[in-house]
Order: sequence, then C-alpha cells, then structure tokens
Amino acid sequence: MFTYLVRRLIYVLPVAVGVSIICFLLVHIAPGDPLTAIMPVDATAEEQAAMRSAYGLDKPLPVQYAIWIGKAAMGDLGKSIATGRPVADEVFTAVRNSLLLAFSASVIAFPIGLFLGFLAGYFRDTIFDRLVTAIAITGVSVPNYWLGIVLVIIFSVQLGWLPSMGAGPGGSGEWTWDYAHVRHLILPAVTLAVVPIGIVARTVRALVGDIFSMDFVQALYAKGLRHGDVLRHVVRNAAPTALSVMGLQLGYLLGGSILIETVFNWPGSGFLLSNAIFQRDLPLLQGTILILSLFFVGMNLIVDVAQAAIDPRIKRS
Amino acid sequence: MTETPLVEFNALKVRFKGERTVHAINGLSLSMQQGETLGLLGESGSGKSVTLKTLLRLLPPRRSEIEGSVRVNGTDITTLSGRALSAYRGREVSMVFQEPALALDPVYTIGDQIAETVMRHKGIGRHAAMDVALDMLTRVRIPSPERRLKNYPHEMSGGMRQRAMIALALACRPKLLLADEPTTALDATVQIQILLLLRELQREFGMGVIFVTHDIGVAVEVSDRIAVMYAGNIVETGTTRDVIKNPRHPYTRGLLAANLHGAVKGERLDAIPGSPPALEELPSACSFAPRCAFARPQCLSGLPPVTDLGDGHSVACVLEHPAFDERSREALPV
Repeated sequence: MFTYLVRRLIYVLPVAVGVSIICFLLVHIAPGDPLTAIMPVDATAEEQAAMRSAYGLDKPLPVQYAIWIGKAAMGDLGKSIATGRPVADEVFTAVRNSLLLAFSASVIAFPIGLFLGFLAGYFRDTIFDRLVTAIAITGVSVPNYWLGIVLVIIFSVQLGWLPSMGAGPGGSGEWTWDYAHVRHLILPAVTLAVVPIGIVARTVRALVGDIFSMDFVQALYAKGLRHGDVLRHVVRNAAPTALSVMGLQLGYLLGGSILIETVFNWPGSGFLLSNAIFQRDLPLLQGTILILSLFFVGMNLIVDVAQAAIDPRIKRS
Repeated sequence: MTETPLVEFNALKVRFKGERTVHAINGLSLSMQQGETLGLLGESGSGKSVTLKTLLRLLPPRRSEIEGSVRVNGTDITTLSGRALSAYRGREVSMVFQEPALALDPVYTIGDQIAETVMRHKGIGRHAAMDVALDMLTRVRIPSPERRLKNYPHEMSGGMRQRAMIALALACRPKLLLADEPTTALDATVQIQILLLLRELQREFGMGVIFVTHDIGVAVEVSDRIAVMYAGNIVETGTTRDVIKNPRHPYTRGLLAANLHGAVKGERLDAIPGSPPALEELPSACSFAPRCAFARPQCLSGLPPVTDLGDGHSVACVLEHPAFDERSREALPV
C-alpha cells in the first residue's frame, strides 16, 4: 500500500507540471492586454514599456513561465495587478471560502444523493425509482445560477429569511462559525448542492441496481444470509465507485462554483477568478487557476488512493 | 418406502408474470431418496435451473407464482419465509453455481465468505468459523489453503474458484446439494477434476445431489438416476443405466443420438429438428410433438400419460402407454 502511494505521488508530478503549463499558456493566449486595465489611457509608450518590464511581460514566454513557476514553487505567485496585494494571500483566502462552500454543499448533497440513489436502485422500476430519476435529471439539468436567483427571490426578497449576499454580515471576509455567518452560507450551499445530488443519486442508483442483479447476490441468499447481511455486501461492493464519484464532485464544486459565487457575491475562488478575468489581472488569474487545478489533481489522487485502499480488485503492487 | 424422501416435487407449477407470461414448470412430479445423485438433463430453457431455484426459493417473489408442493425431508418449503427460510437455505440445501466468478462476492475474501455462512448457521464465532473454512478448503484440495483463505475471488483460477464455491456450499453439511452446471464454465481437464471431487464429497458426506447439466456424458458420469426435462416437465426418468441403455421417450433418444461420440467424419450429425416451445401458454398437449418424428394425432389432443415401466423407470409419452394401439390412429380424426 505504501509503495502504491509513493508511485501514485510520483505520477502526479508530470500531471501537475502539465497543468501549470496549460494554466500559463491559456492566460497568455486569451485576448486583451493586461496593461490596458491599469494604465491610464493617455500613458506614453515609455511608461507602458516600463510597466511591462516591471511585471516581466517583456521577456519571452518560456522565460516568463520559468520565472513564474520557480517563484510559485516557493509560494510566491506574484502581486495582483489590480490590487497590488500578493496573489498567494488573495487566493488563499478565496480558496478557503470556496472550500467552506464546497464542503457545506457536499455535506448536504452526498447523504441525500446516496440515500435517494440507494433506495431507487433497491426499488428499481417502481414509482419511487422513477421519482428519484426525475429529481436527479431535474437537479442536473436546471441551471444552478438561475436556481440561485430564484431562491434569492423567494427566501431573501419575498420572505426575508436569509441574506442573499456575501459570506457574513457587513460583507466581511473573515469567516467565523456563528449564526450570523452560517445564515449567509445556507442559500449558496443549497444551490450548489443540487447538481451533485442529481449526479450522486443517478450514479448510485445505476450502481446498486446493477449489483442487485448480479449472480452473487442470489448466491448470498442461497447460503442463508438475511436481508441485512446481503445489504452490507451490496454497500461494500458499491462503496469504491460511489466514493470516487463523490470525490470528483467535491473537486468540481471547488472549481465549478464561479456562477454561484457570482450570484451570491461569495468571496471565493470563483468570485476571485471572474474578477481577475474582467480586470485582466494576469498574475491573479494564473495563480487562481493553478491552485484550483492542483486542488483537483490532489482530489483525484486522494480518490484513487482511497479506492485502492477499499477495493481489493484494484492492484496495489 | 419407509424412509422420508429427501425431495418430493408434487405437481409443481412455476409461472413468471410480467410483460410476457412464461410457464416455466408445468406439473413436475418427482421424488428423490436420501444420498442419491440425480442428473437433471435438458436443453436451455427446459426449466432445469428454475427447478433448482424453486428448491432454494430464489425466484423473484413478485414476478413468480408457485403452485403445487415441494417437500424437503418432509417439510413443504414453498411456504417458508423469513427466519425459517434463511435457516433452511445453505444449511439443509445449498447450491453450487454455474459461474463461480460471478457467484462469489468480489470484494470479500474466500475465507470471509465461507466463515460468514458457517457463523450464520452454526452460531459460532469468527475464529472457529475460519477454522471450518480452512478445513473445507483442505477437503476440496485447494493447494496452500491457509494462504487461499485470504485470497479474493479474482486472485484465483476458474477451477480453484469452483472448488472454493463447493467448499462454501458444503461448509454447513447440507443434506442436499444443488449443482447448476458446475463444470460448464471450466476447461475440459478441470471439468473432470471437479466432477470427481463432487462425487467423492457426495460419498463422504452422504448427501443427495441434484446435478443439472445439458451434457449427457456428465450426467452418466455422476448420477444414480437421470431425469430428462423438456418444456418445464420431466419426460423420462429412471436409473442412469435404464435411461441410457433403454431410452423410451423420443426426446431422450434424440438427445442420446445428438452426441459427437462415435460420430463418423463426413457423415451428417444427428440433431433434433426445431427448437423448444416458448411456453407463453400452458401446454395442453405433448410439448415435444411438433418436433417428434413419431408424433400421433393423440399427441396433439391432450397431455401425454405417464407410464410406469417398473424399477422407477417412467416415461410421459403416448406411444409407451399400455392403452396405446397403433390401430386407434384410424379411429381418431387427423
């Protein structure tokens, strides 16, 4: 198991390097000059050139990449062009807020998804199964930013129960676990949970339905096991796949919440990213994408290792 | 007979409901003595596997209807449920499945899977149950059984898996073992080893065995008696010797002829023309008549009578009935 872990860690390295190159290139391929956003319109050519060399933008791309990645490895992602603050600090705060939102959404979504999916798979081809399938398809298909707006209209505007903006009272960036802050978390977390509920429910339904129709389930009954014991076997068989789906969903939630964070003004990585895009804040954009991508790579690693740990069919040696 | 029969089917009918109704078993009656090995022979779809699954009550309860009675050691098992049913399964009667790769749980070790059933039925602890599992693996002659106990099914070869499956089925010393084509999925050389092992264990434990197969050679090899199934019923039954040497039902004769043994190269192989009926309706006449070279008008007008030929040899065919008279053909409308 340990050698497997080490080998998987080594495999991650080239992936991480590839991801960083793509992050870097994507940002440079995107149209628009980052300087136009911060320079006065009437800046002279000399002033522009000075600014360009100050940010290292006058050097060839490979050199820029080498400098950037070298510093990034030391924890320095440069300074934000728009705010002048260190990118690492901005990304750190934002990612922490996004993680909070992603985990909260997972805590809502995974138990509901697992529960609905398991029951639908168990009662396959019954009315309950069709109901769950309908819920799952709706959850996956409804645009979640639209749903977010609808929830804001109902619960914030009409009923006035919950706040609709920010991560705390007065738009403060500092998170604490108190009622005033948690109130801000509810709407975005619920909105974000809808898609993973659908995906987890659908996957688990298919999984459990397939396992129940396998020969070994009949063989378990044939050797005299009670219903509860058979369910335990089914759960154990379904666990590795269910776990990997949930792990990947958590990764998606972290990076894919841009729209939700924008709708709710949640100061997370998605919010930061969309600001960085609109302000052509190159270092901030690169840094945020890099950190999010590495999180996703890391999540995949965790899922693979966890799967190998609980599924004997995956070769560990 | 004074001894309670091990198994007694009495006019068993099994019907599957759903989009299409299928009459899988149609009035099957058969009895089997303690310690006997019965070869259940027939084509795919003749109801062999359904018969076995009925014995273990493995048919989906919502979609199947069972009529008639099935007694195992005198108890009607068609009415068992809940605790009594799970106490019966695996302890009184257990089953070796056709495809051990699919019938073993892929994420539990072999040892765990055997120990689990022993713990359930014998009420002993995990440690003692593991000892039983080890003993069983030794009995089915799996090499280095201590190590295999910790193996997962995918870490074993096909023959080894089937041995493990047999060890699992016999761990609680059932009085009846159901073997559903246990050698079909295996290599020819491994097939013979598994057959010999089953026969040896059957003698050692003195249990009854119902051995389902479509291979006459296999049936002859292992069984004391043979029952030939067609379209959800038994068309002929008797001692292996009687059925092979003196087959009376045209279907049995056809099966014996449709065999590669002794075939001459270049000559056309014998085969039974046509295919088995779909059984969407309850048969009201001889199901084999449409494919039978000896069919008479009577065959299509009613169910064939069962004739006892003595010595436990019986056949369900008009031609063998004492009342049958060739001249009666003229008397009947064609």
